[in-house]
Amino acid sequence: MSSTSTISSTAFDVYAVRAEFPILSRTVHGDVPLVYLDNAATAQKPQCVIDSISRYYQYSNANVHRGGHALGAEATALYEDARATVASFLGAEPNEIIFTRGTTEGINLIAASWSQMVGDSLRGRNIVISGMEHHANIVPWQMVCERTGAELRVIDVRDDGTLDLNHARTIIDEATAFVSIVHVSNTLGVTNDVREICSLARAVGARSLVDGAQAVVHHATDMRHIGCDFYVFSGHKLYGPTGIGVVFGRADVLATMPPYQGGGAMISTVTFERSTYLDAPMRFEAGTPNMEGAIGLAEAIRWFKRIDPSALREHEASLAKRMHADLSSIDGLRILGPTESHVGIVSFVIDGIHANDLGVLLDEQGVAIRVGHHCTMPLMKRFGVSSTARASTAAYTTSEDLDAFSTALFRAIKLLR
Amino acid sequence: MLFLRHCFEPSNFFVDQHIMTIDQTIGDLQNEFASFPDWEERYSHIISMGKGLAPYNEEYRNDEFKVKGCQSQVWLHPSITDGTIHFEADSDALIVKGLVALLMRVYNERTPTEILNAPPDLVSRLGLDQHLSNNRANGLASMLKQIKLYALVYSMTRTT
Ligand SMILES: Cc1ncc(COP(=O)(O)O)c(C=O)c1O
Repeated sequence: MSSTSTISSTAFDVYAVRAEFPILSRTVHGDVPLVYLDNAATAQKPQCVIDSISRYYQYSNANVHRGGHALGAEATALYEDARATVASFLGAEPNEIIFTRGTTEGINLIAASWSQMVGDSLRGRNIVISGMEHHANIVPWQMVCERTGAELRVIDVRDDGTLDLNHARTIIDEATAFVSIVHVSNTLGVTNDVREICSLARAVGARSLVDGAQAVVHHATDMRHIGCDFYVFSGHKLYGPTGIGVVFGRADVLATMPPYQGGGAMISTVTFERSTYLDAPMRFEAGTPNMEGAIGLAEAIRWFKRIDPSALREHEASLAKRMHADLSSIDGLRILGPTESHVGIVSFVIDGIHANDLGVLLDEQGVAIRVGHHCTMPLMKRFGVSSTARASTAAYTTSEDLDAFSTALFRAIKLLR
Repeated sequence: MLFLRHCFEPSNFFVDQHIMTIDQTIGDLQNEFASFPDWEERYSHIISMGKGLAPYNEEYRNDEFKVKGCQSQVWLHPSITDGTIHFEADSDALIVKGLVALLMRVYNERTPTEILNAPPDLVSRLGLDQHLSNNRANGLASMLKQIKLYALVYSMTRTT
């Protein structure tokens, strides 16, 4: 183990964590070591997650919920165990967990099913989102508004990148039917007070959804504590596989909602005149599900829960602090959003330098960051930029990664100025 | 027709008795790029080419002249004088601007026929495909395609 780390933690050995991720030891552009700082886009996977998927196919693959034989029963048990693992991760019950393709599908599922349920009564009412939403939490609601005549309202983002809760209190009113808010912004790294916003929604009888795509890797996520009706996230940002995601829906709310898609596995009986549906969560999982995805995600959650949460938080907070300090020392560099956060997501722009150019020159040096609008075009507009560079850390990020990032950034800026 | 309208626009009088053929220019660039020992020198060269690009006429900085398929914004404006195409081009990102300048060195002040007959493998001959990510290589290909489209339109208007 290296002793050069300036980030010390007794309970948390970042080098041991890192060693579990085979991809992190590869090189790019020939022999340039990879420095992966695009974790907000997707996280890498530990060996145990990769193995769980391969084990599933080598040993247990069969269609689930179709019964009949030993393999089918085993695969079903694994799949339902995965659901239970996710449920306990969120402090929820298994029948409150719906597997989806990801956050995007989760929000679309809720928007479609809920709006179908409330139907025409949405005319003259409003749906509230915030100015820092990912397109995945904007477009589905715009589509609902177009279809139903509801009004889309947007909570202001303040100059420091936080949500204006006073504004939220004014626009969430008696006519509000739904409030859908991001927990941690993928662009700013800011954490919103979703508990407060959900309680504002509850007070006016509106439903609430929290987009937890970025939050689940940084926060303890207890559904009863947050007090939301729905919570959604993607497996791939939580060290799990792609193509799997989760909707938490409060049992009593899900019980009232119509199916999202129709097909096999979600029905109780089908005749040409009429079909009847299973209860949640099966009602919302039409067709053969992503079985290895669910099983891989459960393995990722078990892996993640083995890390001491407070040690991890301390580790990520010190990385975030270090990134903020390094970046703030650069002439003409502006960090968007709060300059203090324990979440390792930092977006920045540099005077006279296009983010794309930074991305190219960092990539040449093996440093993977994201440049662009991060699927938050309205937020870019709010801050008067068209794109930013964004670096984001994970549990396996070391201070050496940040050294390499700083060095690479300085060389890039020198070339571009 | 969008392209045809530009064919008859008056263009700045431009004097350049380029003696090198497109093939020779590419060969030249090939030698230039082969001489760089590392990425830093290579990019430094591309960037300084970008900085040396002639200023773009603000009048043409609009959607009509924007090249589609590039991640950064790229503008390309053609005009023709005495059978020679004159391009003005620009980008808001410096490295892309350098790549634009590189294309200009090869394709600017050529006849439509020269451009249309030029070898299609410029990007790979310069070894740029190994150094550019897919997105950037695609962006370069989009610019090249646009240059050839303009050349094609000019070549057709001359013969009809
Ligand atoms: C805050 C937020 N919401 C939604 C999404 C969409 O997630 P996915 O593409 O996995 O569906 C992302 C991913 O970038 C995100 O960061």
